Amino acid sequence: MTAKEVLTLDVNGARREIEVACGEILLTVLRDELRITSPKRGCNQGVCGACTILINGVPQRSCLSLAANCQSKEIRTLDALLDDGRMRKLQDSFQGNGAVQCGFCTSGMMITAWHFLETSDQPTATDIRSALSGNLCRCTGYQKIIDSVAEAAQETSQ
Amino acid sequence: MTPGYKPEDTVRPDRQRAVAEEPGVNVVGASVAKLDSREKVVGRSEYIADMYRPNMVHAAFVGSPHAHARILGYDVSKALGAPGVVAVLTGDDVADGRMGAFIKDEHALAKGKVLYHGEPVAAVAAETEAQARDAARLIEVHYEELPAVLSPEQGLEPDAPILHENLQEYVKVFDAGSEGNLAARTVFSEGDADSAWDDCDVIVEGEFTTQPQAHVSMEPCGALAEVDATGRVTLWSANQSVFRVQANVCESLQLPMSKLRSLTPRVGAGFGNKMEPHIQPITVALALKCGRPVKMILSREEDFEVVRARHPFRIRMKTGARSDGTLVARECEVLLDCGAFADDSPGVLGYSLLMARGPYRIEHVKCSGKLVYTNKMRFGAFRGFGNPQVTFAGEQQIDQIAGKLGRDPFDLRRQNICREGDPWFLGQVVESNGLDACLDAVESACDWKNRDSWPDDTSRGLGIAITAHISGLLGTGAIVRVLEDGTVSLNTGATDIGQGSDTVLSQICAETLQIPIEQVVVSSPDTDGSPYNWGTTASRVTYTTGRAVSAASHKVVAQMMQYASEMLDCDKSDLELRFGGRIGIKGSNTDLTFGDISGRAHWAEGGPVVGSDTLVFDRNTHDPKRASALGLPFPRIGVMSFGALATEVEVDHVTGKTSVCRAWTAADVGRAINPQLVEVQLEGGFVQGMGFALCEEMVWDGPRLANPSLMDYKVPTSRDIPDHIESIIVEAPEPDGPFGAKGAGEICINPVAASIANAVYDATGFRHHHLPLTPERVLNGLLDRDQTGPVP
Repeated sequence: MTAKEVLTLDVNGARREIEVACGEILLTVLRDELRITSPKRGCNQGVCGACTILINGVPQRSCLSLAANCQSKEIRTLDALLDDGRMRKLQDSFQGNGAVQCGFCTSGMMITAWHFLETSDQPTATDIRSALSGNLCRCTGYQKIIDSVAEAAQETSQ
Repeated sequence: MTPGYKPEDTVRPDRQRAVAEEPGVNVVGASVAKLDSREKVVGRSEYIADMYRPNMVHAAFVGSPHAHARILGYDVSKALGAPGVVAVLTGDDVADGRMGAFIKDEHALAKGKVLYHGEPVAAVAAETEAQARDAARLIEVHYEELPAVLSPEQGLEPDAPILHENLQEYVKVFDAGSEGNLAARTVFSEGDADSAWDDCDVIVEGEFTTQPQAHVSMEPCGALAEVDATGRVTLWSANQSVFRVQANVCESLQLPMSKLRSLTPRVGAGFGNKMEPHIQPITVALALKCGRPVKMILSREEDFEVVRARHPFRIRMKTGARSDGTLVARECEVLLDCGAFADDSPGVLGYSLLMARGPYRIEHVKCSGKLVYTNKMRFGAFRGFGNPQVTFAGEQQIDQIAGKLGRDPFDLRRQNICREGDPWFLGQVVESNGLDACLDAVESACDWKNRDSWPDDTSRGLGIAITAHISGLLGTGAIVRVLEDGTVSLNTGATDIGQGSDTVLSQICAETLQIPIEQVVVSSPDTDGSPYNWGTTASRVTYTTGRAVSAASHKVVAQMMQYASEMLDCDKSDLELRFGGRIGIKGSNTDLTFGDISGRAHWAEGGPVVGSDTLVFDRNTHDPKRASALGLPFPRIGVMSFGALATEVEVDHVTGKTSVCRAWTAADVGRAINPQLVEVQLEGGFVQGMGFALCEEMVWDGPRLANPSLMDYKVPTSRDIPDHIESIIVEAPEPDGPFGAKGAGEICINPVAASIANAVYDATGFRHHHLPLTPERVLNGLLDRDQTGPVP
């Protein structure tokens, strides 16, 4: 029987105490234990970016993060950012520009874009392409996602 | 860099959006935001992996370690004793039914034999996914290994091991001509290609090969099945058709279709991979065995190894023209690796041959092909359905002929293209045809005529290709119900896989009823309640399902008019439909709302209003007076969309790396019901095609897929796309399409590899016959050219 451990995690501002198998990854804890399903499992290998969340404010692959290492850190999924002004701009621009197709990459893409806009002022298309290059999308061909981030950047800087 | 062009120009945040000012008024033709986009940007969409049912267990399978082996027996005792395990399933537990779209050759789970490395051979249900995966490894299967067939050429050898010993007895839905490892053969011919070569002044001939491509929808495949107290199964799964899921599960497990309800959560894209079965039959069999809800979600590696992939093609093509540029004859012979099961392969074979003539008037054409079973995963439907492969060959040969005749590639194409009313290969008359407009638009957008004035840059090249694609096929339906308050429920059974069909069909419904789109709600596909829909495939939903939605909506209008005439005590001819869901007397302010009319119908007189329509695409592909066709897998296929594409590439002469700098893609989609959604198809299809052209390749190391991961299988990222992708929508309305619309989903991917190969030739002087155009291949081409000089 796999050994269990009790972890205390700060998830989206709430203190959650949960018993999980030793060595459990954060993505599995979020999805199967806490039923927070906005981070998606696309590859479980840190390549596709669909599981991207914020840990202490920095985008991380939750599929590569050990849950036990995240105690005493702030874990934030898209769900915690819904009322944030910059996230709302991104949501509106993604919707308006047609940047959402199947949507499986969307929450990870938006976390990455949100963090990018926090640190980048008036980005060029090249900057945006570079920032999003760790988040795969198979539907849109990226152009409308890049347009959306550019639009949100312009509105944020106004 | 091309003069006057900056990468930053491609970001168009201030671009005008064609959204209707008043919702519901002229909503067809407006770029309405996709109805599911809000839930997706707030992370609330529920995909199959996000579903949890009470008392649910998780499943995992174990794959075959052999490419070809007889199963001698199982020892499941260790797995059954492992922590958390509730059930183990082997081939002994599943019925002897076989499923398949064209040839019914596939069990729910390997039974008696395994036919490829990784094929699911047994499965486990356990309390957690980790326990299920651990226990799956404890299942012991005893095999007698058999020699394997690893290529179609090998499969056709006289002494080749046979995969399907009972192939002759399998049910087939067309004249397949199956024999030995030959799953199917198809031969089409028109005119007299054998003797037409004497009329040609220039002939080009070559052999081309294309590689297997993985779909890589971002959501891996999965399923969740539960059984009620009566033994009836409810099944949710990632799919492109709840009805094909129902048919496949019921055929393989030998269940009456009434005993299985198939549903769909949101689908994380499908490019053909989710049309026919993946692990739904195994999941259902496990749920029936253990009596608890069972969820099985594939890992990315499993998704690569056991679902399906684009067929590798070997193509021999020959094209001839007269000195005046008239195309006279074409011959095409293809050899397809089928993989272990036929799946959609016979369709891909037949369709690729139907499209191998290209969108040209060519009098003498002969196309033939063979589909051969091998001990690999099944190859099957993938966006384009065989068309990108033959277009890669055909459109390069058109450029080669242009080169030999000293003709401009645009002009040579324009001289030979099919026009409105021309027959397609085998005889079906093509009604709408916007190909000429696509060519003009792309030629002008890429500034083709002035390309000689570009700076002399030997690393840059510009290439073009054109294409056609069907939208259509098979049965579909729609039910439009007016609810008590006058709002409307639309139910079609068409799975929206993210491309936006729910939105487009709602636009068609709202426009016909003259109500705001917000007043239409779309039902999720459900085999219990939805009208039949063959599937979200073959670029067909907007065209075929749209026709049904339009017809059903018109029936609703007619019924509402009848009721209104009774309520207003006037003749129907005195009434008119008004914006906002009202029916009024012409020339008067008197009117009734849909709510008034529907309320009376529900509670007093007439009965609730339901409009429904079903249809099956019924125009014949083949005119026997014109052409001969042996082994035609689809007698009635669809209407034609058209497309043209120009790409500009830059080839690094040191590394051989090819980058696409700009692309101009035009498609005739009849009528863009939602222009923005058409643009996303054109852009997304282009980038997926770019992956096919430049970097994507599934590689087998003997019998084993060597790169089943996103680390080792490279799909394009945001850094790989061109700085500029220009989508151009051309509208040549299809007479019976809804508001003139026809398909957009696949036309965009067909010409990409051909266009890029023509651009690479323009840049390097080397003609490439093999995909993908990796840096190594392109560099070798450069080195060869330096030794021999350019080859036209």
